[in-house]
Amino acid sequence: MSSINLAFKHCKKEKRPALITFTVAGDNTKKNSLKILNSIAKYADILELSFLHNCPIADGGQIQNSTYRSLRNGTTLKDTFKIAKKFKNNNPNKPLILMGYYNLIYQNGENNFLKNCKMSKVDGLIVVDLPWPENKNFAKKCKKMSINFVQLLSPTTSKERMKKIIKDSHDMIYYISMLSTTGGKLKVPPKKILENYNKIKKINKNKNCVIGFGITNKSIKSFKNSDGVVVGSEICKEITKSLNNRQNPVTNVTDIVKKLRKKIS
Amino acid sequence: MKIKKNIPLIDQHDKNGFWGGKFGGSFIPETLKKPVEDLTILFEKLRKDKNFIKERDYYFKNWVGAPTPFFKLRNLTNHLGGAEIWTKVVSEANGGAHKIYNATVHCLIAKKAGKKYVVGDTGAGYAGKMLSMAAKKFGLKCKIFMGAKDIERQKPNCDAMRKNGAEIVPVYTGSQTLVDAVSECMRYWVSNCDTTHMCVGSTVGPNIFVKICGWSTSQISRELFIQIKKEFGGIPKKIKLLNCVGGGSSSFGFWNEFMHYNKKQIEFVGIEAGGPIKSKRHAAPLTYGSKIGILHGAAQYVNQDIEGQIEETESISAGLDYPGVSPLHCFLKDAKRARYTAASDEEALKAYVLVTKFEKIRPSLEPSHAFAEAIKLAPKLSNDTVIIVNSCGDAHKDRDILKQRLGKL
Ligand SMILES: Cc1ncc(COP(=O)(O)O)c(C=O)c1O
Repeated sequence: MSSINLAFKHCKKEKRPALITFTVAGDNTKKNSLKILNSIAKYADILELSFLHNCPIADGGQIQNSTYRSLRNGTTLKDTFKIAKKFKNNNPNKPLILMGYYNLIYQNGENNFLKNCKMSKVDGLIVVDLPWPENKNFAKKCKKMSINFVQLLSPTTSKERMKKIIKDSHDMIYYISMLSTTGGKLKVPPKKILENYNKIKKINKNKNCVIGFGITNKSIKSFKNSDGVVVGSEICKEITKSLNNRQNPVTNVTDIVKKLRKKIS
Repeated sequence: MKIKKNIPLIDQHDKNGFWGGKFGGSFIPETLKKPVEDLTILFEKLRKDKNFIKERDYYFKNWVGAPTPFFKLRNLTNHLGGAEIWTKVVSEANGGAHKIYNATVHCLIAKKAGKKYVVGDTGAGYAGKMLSMAAKKFGLKCKIFMGAKDIERQKPNCDAMRKNGAEIVPVYTGSQTLVDAVSECMRYWVSNCDTTHMCVGSTVGPNIFVKICGWSTSQISRELFIQIKKEFGGIPKKIKLLNCVGGGSSSFGFWNEFMHYNKKQIEFVGIEAGGPIKSKRHAAPLTYGSKIGILHGAAQYVNQDIEGQIEETESISAGLDYPGVSPLHCFLKDAKRARYTAASDEEALKAYVLVTKFEKIRPSLEPSHAFAEAIKLAPKLSNDTVIIVNSCGDAHKDRDILKQRLGKL
């Protein structure tokens, strides 16, 4: 069984959703980025780490800030794999998912990119701008190498399309809570989001489905009965805030993740 | 890679939206899948609808102003010797540039889709100005995304947008130019695709936006075809169609009707922005052999580093200052139907000075790049060759830059 599946199983046993964090590779420095991952792994069940692209067409302000900060510090794709590898060596059972835009995979070469993932023990991949069915081939390649390709669903996805995507999905699917870039304000009531979430679960109740976009410390409790929740912008924002206040981002981010976890435990 | 006969170039893509098997496509977030599909279905329906075509032609004729003038530049031809130099003054269209065709069609589509809001990107400010004009004409609320650097250097067009009631959203990320404006506009659409129609300002972006824009600007060559036949009593044996290329909407529209002619008879020459002579940050991915990458939802030749980060560009003309280029032009290049070259900032300025000295037209900095190539080519060619330059923008918007660089107007 994949470590992603195991993580969900473990959370179900504890009757809580999985907590999935999102941070940007190399934010605010390569060292701190790894430190943050190592430190929040105590509270998070699955960790998403974004590899950088300077034309992110689906990211909101907070994550863009993190991305540009990291790019300015010279973080490369190679560095991202290094951070991933070091993290996985410290936390071999903690699932790590890389997330990013397709051009970096395209330039690296699909096969080469997957080889790099494998060597750094990456467990899964989210590719923001490679939707279904265009992602079919690549998702198959991932599967062959036992890397989870995470399919995305959104409020605009029709039921028919959902069925087809879920059929082609691996161990985890990601429901985008609302029409928004990352980091938007939650502009839809959680009740409405959960209605859509339940529609997905009805299609296949065994598929692990996480909810993300706009979820913060304030709203996370509303999703207590889901399979998992993703928090990203709030963490990126905390790094920015810590830097502005000349505080240690590692401790501050860890505190935040600890609190998030408490809310759903 | 081959161009098919009897099928419009915009339709020569495969089922995944790729021209020549590798340019274009739709690399978009899941949220945009449905809006893009809806738009695709609507556009395919409308372009077959006689009433819609009638409506388009009505506005092109009575509001945009068709046809735009076509005439010989006698003084310039006499001065340079060699080939005849002609121009189609597309900048005589309402608003002062070819961007009006795409903007008009997008607003007509938005109305049919029942949308009340329209958003768009702009570099030189023309795409934004025209969208604001069309939005006003058709009763839509309009928001324009524009890089902060471009807002500063293209003030007259910004004034026009505001006068038309559009909101300009300044973009401060990255190089603060067109590339960032397009990204920000797409982000806005992701968040508002239920109420808002998006217009991409050139033949770039996800497949459907390339198609709508190319379909719209093709009006230019439909007019030119008739005008050439009238002036020459037929199609001359040696024609060269010169056009500047940023995203590629004006050049594609200038060439489309002549696609199936032998290139020995009608040659297409696209002129990209070479940037300042001393700079390496050109905006000429076709000329300088950039690699294929994905930018703004489509695969194309694009300036990028080895890992896939998009590189900043530098050009005196905001309209050409873009690291990528239309998938249609990538296809035309690889199919060897069109040839691409670049003019530097300095060459474009020199061309502007020469053209305005001899003729009554005032091409903006974008078409001045194409005139630079015409000036280079004409003396080397025989007088039975006809060079036609698309003067697709008016220099009014460039008055600050021209004053600064030339000291006078
Ligand atoms: C006058 C003018 N010409 C050319 C361009 C370049 O765009 P395209 O290559 O799509 O025609 C622009 C873009 O803003 C423009 O304003």
